[in-house]
Amino acid sequence: MEWKSVVEKIFPDGHEVEQTGNLIRGYGRCGPHTAAVIGTTDHTDVGVELALAMAAAVINVIRDHPARPIVFLVDTSGQRLRHRDELLGLNGYMAHLAKCVEMARRRGHPIISLVYEQALSGGFLANGMMADVCAALPEAEIRVMGLAAMARVTRIGEERLTELSKSSPVFAPGAKNYLLMGGLDALWEGDLSLCLSAVLKNIDNTDHRRSLGYERGGRMLAYPVVQRVLASA
Amino acid sequence: MSNPKQARSSYYESSARARIAGLLEPDSFHEWLPAAERVTSPHLATLEQPAAFDDGVIIGRGRIAGKNIFIAAQEGGFMGGAVGEVHGAKLAGVLERAVRDHPAAVLLLLETGGVRLQEANAGLIAVSEVMRAILAARAAGVTVIVAIGGQYGCFGGMGIAARCASAIIMSEEGRLGLSGPEVIETARGVEEYDSRDRALVWRTVGGKHRYLLGECDVIVPDSIAAFRQAVTACIDNGDDWSLAALEREHQMLAERVQRFGACKDGRDIWRELGWADPDAIAMLDNDEFVAAAHGHRAKNI
Repeated sequence: MEWKSVVEKIFPDGHEVEQTGNLIRGYGRCGPHTAAVIGTTDHTDVGVELALAMAAAVINVIRDHPARPIVFLVDTSGQRLRHRDELLGLNGYMAHLAKCVEMARRRGHPIISLVYEQALSGGFLANGMMADVCAALPEAEIRVMGLAAMARVTRIGEERLTELSKSSPVFAPGAKNYLLMGGLDALWEGDLSLCLSAVLKNIDNTDHRRSLGYERGGRMLAYPVVQRVLASA
Repeated sequence: MSNPKQARSSYYESSARARIAGLLEPDSFHEWLPAAERVTSPHLATLEQPAAFDDGVIIGRGRIAGKNIFIAAQEGGFMGGAVGEVHGAKLAGVLERAVRDHPAAVLLLLETGGVRLQEANAGLIAVSEVMRAILAARAAGVTVIVAIGGQYGCFGGMGIAARCASAIIMSEEGRLGLSGPEVIETARGVEEYDSRDRALVWRTVGGKHRYLLGECDVIVPDSIAAFRQAVTACIDNGDDWSLAALEREHQMLAERVQRFGACKDGRDIWRELGWADPDAIAMLDNDEFVAAAHGHRAKNI
């Protein structure tokens, strides 16, 4: 879906969101709430400039609009795969963005993310996956790596991977797999503005993904392993 | 004092377990979920891949310089230190326990290529949980220190996680980045990034470049004793988790793009930083390098 349609649907009470390059930012109104909007578009990769621009947007919200909810609109093909970005320390820029999001959370900004098109590995970690509530449209694509590439790297046949992916959400692409594993809170369908206002009503800032993955049967070990670490002598 | 024999040895060459033994005071390490408990990855078994009884990461508590700390060490020898569901949960568990118990620091000895592809979704979510847990620990006042000096470097999502910590200690041999050279070469071709050109890789992600750029805080020679000394200093320095510190970092990163954005090679950046002979940098031993780097780093904090 086009980001403009997504914004229309989430913020029927009005919005002012603009695109500059592959960055989208602004704000929208959803019932009694005004939320900041920060996102990316056109399946862009995320290099140092874009990560920095998103971080600047987060810092501005922290400075100018205390406690305002932040909605990340996620559409990225992942971290930029260039020598230049690695030379400049892209991981440091991504981490900086993640730290800005965490700082916002700690200062009372509810953080919501919506994968409306595509979310791939490194480009997803520093914003979308930092949210208190991470949602996706049902048709959104979420993955680390496609099965064909995965087959090459792991030297396990693609047919075998395809077969196994029918019974296990653990490696294959797809929003449903992330839902089962607790990496997504929900798929947003129907009235997106209702979805957002429902989330804003009872959002909290603890990381629930492990227990969600356990309840949903998609990630059965992470939760008990952490519990065992906490209970160890 | 820690075990002198282990402490003198190379950090690069040592196993995760030997690093822990050399860094901590003798007999102070208490392991959580040790190999005897057989907490392994079921996903690897499904794919008929060998498992490790500790899933490639050793966690626990111990003492360093008289201070009680928590520690986690990734074992590069098992799947290149890649993060799967159990591996990631052990890392997150240590950090979340730190939020509860407030040790003097959490020490993460990272050696990893990032997410374990055989359990990619679980691994990616786990890395994200580790990032949030590192930041939760810092927000709770616990200093989180990362050490990087192993054969596999620290890449992928864990390269992002590393930079979420309070401080990073690297050796010259250490490497830190997001996409590894092979990944970029595969995606963009050898003209973009020749992963077999070891000198180029070192000028891009190696310890000295990271130190000059301000991506790591301390650079040490390749010995466990040197890492231990640096860890102790980092614990004493503590942490600054504040909006002001983040704004300073933002300024530094913005200046970096402006100043070095057009540079094609590490050498161009070093020249811009005032190194008359960038090629000589590789030849300097650690002490000479640190002394010469004074005033010639992109970080003045």
